[in-house]
Amino acid sequence: MKLIASAALAAAMSFVALGASADTLKVAFIDPLSGPMGPSGESGLKHFMFAAEELNADGGVNGAQVEVVGFDNKVNPKESLVQLQKAIDQGIRYVVQGNGSSVASALIDAIEKHNKRNPGEEVLFLNYAAVDPAFTNEKCSFWHFRFDSDADMKMEAVTDWVAAHPDIKSVYIIGQDYSFGKAVAAAAVRMLEVKAPEVKIVGNELHPLAKVKDFTPYVQKIINSGADAIITGNWGSDMVLLVKAAIDAGWDKPILTYYGGSTGAATAMGEAAVGKVKQVSEVVVNYPSSPEQEERIAKFEEKYPENNYYYHRAFNLMHFLDAAAEKAGSNDPVKVAFAMEGMEMDGAYGHLTMRKDNHQILQDLFVGTFSANPPRGVEGLPLGWMAEDKDHIAAAATSMETTCKMDRPEM
Amino acid sequence: METIVFSLLNGVIYGLLLFMLSSGLTLIFSMMGVLNFAHASFYMLGAYFAYTVTDATSYWFALIFAPILVGLVGAGVEKWGLRRVHANGHVAELLFTFGLAYLIDEVIKIVYGRNAVDYRVPEALDFPLFTLYGAQYPAYRIFMLFVAVAMLVALWVLLKRTRAGLIIQAALTHPHMVGHLGHNVPMIFMTVFGVGCALAGLAGVIGGNYLVTDPFMAAYMGPIVFVVVVIGGMGSLEGAFVASILLGLLQTFAVSVDASFADLFGWIGLSSATEVGRITIAQLAPMLPYLLLVLILFVRPRGLMGEREL
Repeated sequence: MKLIASAALAAAMSFVALGASADTLKVAFIDPLSGPMGPSGESGLKHFMFAAEELNADGGVNGAQVEVVGFDNKVNPKESLVQLQKAIDQGIRYVVQGNGSSVASALIDAIEKHNKRNPGEEVLFLNYAAVDPAFTNEKCSFWHFRFDSDADMKMEAVTDWVAAHPDIKSVYIIGQDYSFGKAVAAAAVRMLEVKAPEVKIVGNELHPLAKVKDFTPYVQKIINSGADAIITGNWGSDMVLLVKAAIDAGWDKPILTYYGGSTGAATAMGEAAVGKVKQVSEVVVNYPSSPEQEERIAKFEEKYPENNYYYHRAFNLMHFLDAAAEKAGSNDPVKVAFAMEGMEMDGAYGHLTMRKDNHQILQDLFVGTFSANPPRGVEGLPLGWMAEDKDHIAAAATSMETTCKMDRPEM
Repeated sequence: METIVFSLLNGVIYGLLLFMLSSGLTLIFSMMGVLNFAHASFYMLGAYFAYTVTDATSYWFALIFAPILVGLVGAGVEKWGLRRVHANGHVAELLFTFGLAYLIDEVIKIVYGRNAVDYRVPEALDFPLFTLYGAQYPAYRIFMLFVAVAMLVALWVLLKRTRAGLIIQAALTHPHMVGHLGHNVPMIFMTVFGVGCALAGLAGVIGGNYLVTDPFMAAYMGPIVFVVVVIGGMGSLEGAFVASILLGLLQTFAVSVDASFADLFGWIGLSSATEVGRITIAQLAPMLPYLLLVLILFVRPRGLMGEREL
């Protein structure tokens, strides 16, 4: 009797477990949710939750409701591994992360190991913002897919812009002192040498990540160097404080950024930065797109009035996940990963392709300009990002060669 | 040359801001023998209060009322919080201020949100005062310099030249004797704590729009203020002043130096191709205060001008 009861209980429990996995697909969002970089992660999480709602309203992923669970990693690689383990223990098979290439690098290694040791329990890493080119080159992994254009692809756009402006005779490169900042600086030096050999690099500086409070000394050094433009990959508080110091010191030349749209930057820049700060990104909300996209942006900003629509790639990522799962006919990460390779989709701002050879997305990029009185402002200001057709770079043009030799598991 | 001029100006201004913060901390320490971990949180409160007051009225009101408000909060904390905890010894006090710092952090996040607020330099001061070697120098920075110096002079006069200052000084070292002489010692303690917090609040008012006003500003400033107090010598105002200016100058000068380890130590054969040789002095700038902290504790544990050992 007892045996039957426990067998029944076990059956019931396994049924519950099965039921849970059939009904919900959990996605672990591992990013900073506190500390100086907290606002960046917080904003990312909201985009993902909104994208999940969108999928759920449309019937979910193969019928499963998507749930995004936030894990605070404090931009610390070690802490991220603890959070990853926590997610895996909860039975989560999809991991999303973006802020900090140092973190992404640790996650790739850990997931690679986990998947090797636990066949049948594989975890898939969907990267929405960590752009160290290594992840889709020498360090590429079958379990990693990147939905943002890498540092080299964005630098192509930046250096093309510099080459097209002959009045810029010298540039100053400043970045955060870790793998990403170094990759940006290296790409800038390498590409400028080819595209605009006459442009002098008058400074190439790294500062500690999220530790500098006053960038004035750096800015005065930049001004003294006589540079005609600043190139920076800074994000989060480092972006905000750098532009603030530059504007205060009367810097009136271009600042070419990757993340000029970081939360809080627009407020710090104010009107003085209009026309000077540029950002390379996959979305400019004031660029004409489909009515559905307009509606999505409006609804997002209505739901989260504190945030602006910024991580369009979060939506691309979730829709790719949905489409790949549908194509595979399963929510199993291995099958989804195979289905996602080489997948194509029409996005709101152009055609999207997930490259099969290195798992790097190809998406249209924009060189947006910080402008006054845009149709859609940011941070409650009459200021925002604008782009024209000449600032639009087609996805195919951003494609780069890869050194990736991918090890694929057997199907 | 321009590097030296700019670094001097920036270093002194940053140093004075540090002093505004650390003067309150060091006063409170010499009075109660306890390090107020929440001190930088009062600095943050100052910035946020100033933001709110500026929104409702004007910056000039904020400049006067925000520090007073912070001072009142500080006095309240001393009267209803610290004084009760004091009976349980230093560890309890330390933990109390530690918890308070987190509490203020979280309250600020709930009330004002996690992002930076738009606390701006007042328009009347938002213009370049002069142009030096091609770079503009914002008038607001010079204004900060004046506010800091005015505060410094006022504090000095209060402590060294008035009867109230005499009593405070006496109460710091011999509280029981002062109490027997008929002075209300708890009242003096509360006032000193309040004034210390008000000074931190003032630093927040003028520093919040010069840096960024966000819920993490206390965590940014907290460690460095402790470094100032330890280097200057616990409880020594003069020491805190010297240490603040020293740290301000050290950090700004380090950033503006363009040399790397290879340039400095080339004579012992360190080449710029090695990992160590590539480290620049500018990269070391944020580390220098802590390096100095360790060195000072090693060589002169009571700090530059401190009277008591740690």
